[in-house]
Amino acid sequence: MRYLPLNDADRAGMLGTIGAASVDDLFVDVPAEARLAGPVPGLPMHASEMAVERHMARLSAESLTAGQVPFFLGAGAYRHHVPASVDHLIQRGEFLTAYTPYQPEIAQGTLQVLFEFQTQVARLLGTDVANASLYDGSTACWEAVAMAGRITKRKTAVLSGGLHPHYVETAKTMAKFTGDTLVTRLPELSAEADDDAVIAALGAETSCVVVQYPDVLGRIPDLAKIAAAAQAVGALLIAVVTEPVALGLLESPGALGADIVVGEGQALGVGLQFGGPYLGLFGCREKYLRQIPGRLCGETVDADGRRGFVLTLSTREQHIRREKATSNICTNSGLCALAFSIHLTLLGGKGLEQMARASHARAVATAKRLAQVPGVSVVNRAYFNEFVVTLPRDARTVVRELADRQVLGGVSLGRLYPGADGLGGGLLVAATECTTAEDIETFAAALEEVLA
Amino acid sequence: MNEINRSGWRPAMGEAGAAADGIVTTTGNRGLQLEEGLIFEIGNLDHCGVDFDDDDGGESLEGLPFRRSAPVDLPGLSEPEAVRHYTRLSRQNYAIDLGLFPLGSCTMKHNPRLDEKVARMPGFADVHPLQPQQTVQGALKVMEELAQWLITLTGMAGVAMTPKAGAHGELCGLLCIRAALEARGDAREVILVPESAHGTNPATAAFAGYRVENIPATADGRVDVAALTARLGPDVAGVMITNPNTCGLFERDLKTIADAVHAAGGFVYCDGANFNAIVGRVRPGDLGVDAMHINLHKTFSTPHGGGGPGSGPVVLSEALAPFAPLPFTTRLADGSVRLIEEENAGEDHPQAFGRMCAFHGQMGMYSRALAYILSHGADGLRQVSGDAVLNANYVLRSLEDVLDAPFGAAGPCMHEALFSDDGFADGFSTLDLAKGLIDEGYHPMTVYFPLVVHGAMLVEPTETESKGGLDQFIGAMRSLAERAKAGDPMLKSAPHLAPRRRLDETLAARKPKLVWPKQA
Repeated sequence: MRYLPLNDADRAGMLGTIGAASVDDLFVDVPAEARLAGPVPGLPMHASEMAVERHMARLSAESLTAGQVPFFLGAGAYRHHVPASVDHLIQRGEFLTAYTPYQPEIAQGTLQVLFEFQTQVARLLGTDVANASLYDGSTACWEAVAMAGRITKRKTAVLSGGLHPHYVETAKTMAKFTGDTLVTRLPELSAEADDDAVIAALGAETSCVVVQYPDVLGRIPDLAKIAAAAQAVGALLIAVVTEPVALGLLESPGALGADIVVGEGQALGVGLQFGGPYLGLFGCREKYLRQIPGRLCGETVDADGRRGFVLTLSTREQHIRREKATSNICTNSGLCALAFSIHLTLLGGKGLEQMARASHARAVATAKRLAQVPGVSVVNRAYFNEFVVTLPRDARTVVRELADRQVLGGVSLGRLYPGADGLGGGLLVAATECTTAEDIETFAAALEEVLA
Repeated sequence: MNEINRSGWRPAMGEAGAAADGIVTTTGNRGLQLEEGLIFEIGNLDHCGVDFDDDDGGESLEGLPFRRSAPVDLPGLSEPEAVRHYTRLSRQNYAIDLGLFPLGSCTMKHNPRLDEKVARMPGFADVHPLQPQQTVQGALKVMEELAQWLITLTGMAGVAMTPKAGAHGELCGLLCIRAALEARGDAREVILVPESAHGTNPATAAFAGYRVENIPATADGRVDVAALTARLGPDVAGVMITNPNTCGLFERDLKTIADAVHAAGGFVYCDGANFNAIVGRVRPGDLGVDAMHINLHKTFSTPHGGGGPGSGPVVLSEALAPFAPLPFTTRLADGSVRLIEEENAGEDHPQAFGRMCAFHGQMGMYSRALAYILSHGADGLRQVSGDAVLNANYVLRSLEDVLDAPFGAAGPCMHEALFSDDGFADGFSTLDLAKGLIDEGYHPMTVYFPLVVHGAMLVEPTETESKGGLDQFIGAMRSLAERAKAGDPMLKSAPHLAPRRRLDETLAARKPKLVWPKQA
């Protein structure tokens, strides 16, 4: 087997040192009736590198990939251009095959990257501090709700109807078991976000209000207004950013008064990957530092006084605090954080703005063209790179018929909100700097055909 | 002293480090050991390593509210500068690719590069999670194939694929248990966790709303079966047991424990962090386990990436499988694979407890793990666990005359060998030996875990080490053990030869500096 260095002579010699007759004898503590005499039945035997690659390539070919066709999906996962150097650098073995940096003397590479990442995230989100990543945006969102509960000692969270439905479902799953109350609502097909409804739901028991910015239908809520209303009742504002590129043009949630800002970092450096692994971003005010979930990297000095970095404040974490930890998270999303950080370093603030401008411009061009298709109208008043159009029939079938015509034409609201009758005609459309004029024209023409 | 590195950043370098060999450099670099400034020191706002197609319609910004007044304050680097920055940083890391990484319980084995190539195939990497299902059959088939392998290898009834790491899998398993108990109207409050458990176990149980009670270990390093069974009752929802356990030993009585827990109406959660020790030889389903997470980044060698991403699918028994969270895959009669999610779960899956995360889990880890599993096959996986256990026992028996092995007399270990600091000179501890290993060119083993052994050193060589490599490591360990017993002061101040010497963790925690300050 190509990944196993021992040969039979090695094994025999080592068994001699150990004083065992066979490898099977080393499993003597396993009850005999649970020990299999041979390979697990019902499974194939080993395969060559060539054979495995052939099999996987065949499976890969069964997908219609985003790069092959006009592509307009978003809803929390975006296809941006990732520079070739990002993927090259994250495949450096010293990054790829390292562990969590528990031995800082020989992990300064990972640790300095994490320190740079935390700083980049904090500046992007507009928060004082940020952590070293969580699994993804949806789990980061729940962690923020749980943290707001610890801070305010209240158990009711108000979730905007503009929060991604998978994030809502993830929070509902957790709340069911922790005893938290979630006030949720379905989105409406309206031009504006549901700021007023969210504010109306606030009360003396509210621990936090969770608002996505831009929201799942692409609308841009007035965070400052909601922050003021939340503050008035002693609740925290949690802002959720699923498209961080938007922050290249939009004011950061922290600057608008959000207390905790979480995000999905996938849009930068990570790629689509069919939904994972992604990257949870988490930033907040400095005064909540000791309530932050997950790992934190901090600056310090070594025995010779040289600058260095370590994982710090670990008394919050499970390996020290066990059942009293702020979260059970251990492994996070280190390599995705590296990819995100490299991409953002290549961009810099100005490059990010350019990328955001291009994405926004392509979205505006897409909306203008789709609005010319008979029966289609654009719902949003304002949007960054994603908006909703209404179609004269169920968008789910339209999406499938578009796919038959080799166009990946957005996400139907029916898929995101099964059973919500009023949303069935809604189609969520996203564009990025990767979207070309030709893509837009092909999409519009196919939509015309499907709706004709 | 006047060291200036290429960024102009001046390391505050004391006499001791610079003068260790009497050589002082102007840059702070030492040959191939290169210092590197922060991007905030070497980059600036006007630099950019990315360009875009010529823009159309810059005037379209009119309709956009809440515009920022200036770009985000983030330095940029051109591509050559960025490649150099990260390459230089990478060289300050230890990694499996550089050598033996014997971190017990973490399973740092070689990461096959075929798996990296496969994960980047566009049918898995360049597809959106919400594309119509007919367009993502390649990705769905990978999920389904992997799911079937995991079910068969563990002898279980079902699997929840979406958990994003081991601790997330633990949570998933406990939520399944809780959902199953609630479905029969049986509210229970307590989860029993052995003292030797990973910290994630009690943290997860608490996060899932349970009260945690600890179960002691016996003198031979295993769960105290009598204490555990005595505690069972109508308030106990279940137990969380790691098998093989964190002392590197197989819990011989797991089946007995499982039978007792089931008789008392509870469920058995097995922490599968150490499944790599028994994969292909033992099916946890045969031992009465109801739920077990599998760290794909351990047993099936998806890379650790400096702290993730991981992936923690949870295999489930007949009793728990109906409660598995959405989404999951199922194969249809025509051979295609269907993703079951909110839209189509309908009446067939009324008990699914909800969703653990957005989208469908860790596709990038599934494709890597499947390539690894297909490469090994059922026979190769059996060899994997065999060689992992052989290597660990070889280390155990080659060191037990110089290092205290608290459970060495009890019989063979599984995939990791446990030692203690018993016999070290006064003032010398496990930490000193661990830091000494760094000077010898190794990553230290897991230290001070499990908590049940004083000054624990948990050594997991894995199956991807050669005998020659192990012999060299054993030589280094023997020498370090002798130095710790003799009280060698140079060991007390190790490491001396790494990019940094011991770092001041107290300072970092007392005055946290987690972000680079904004320049005025």
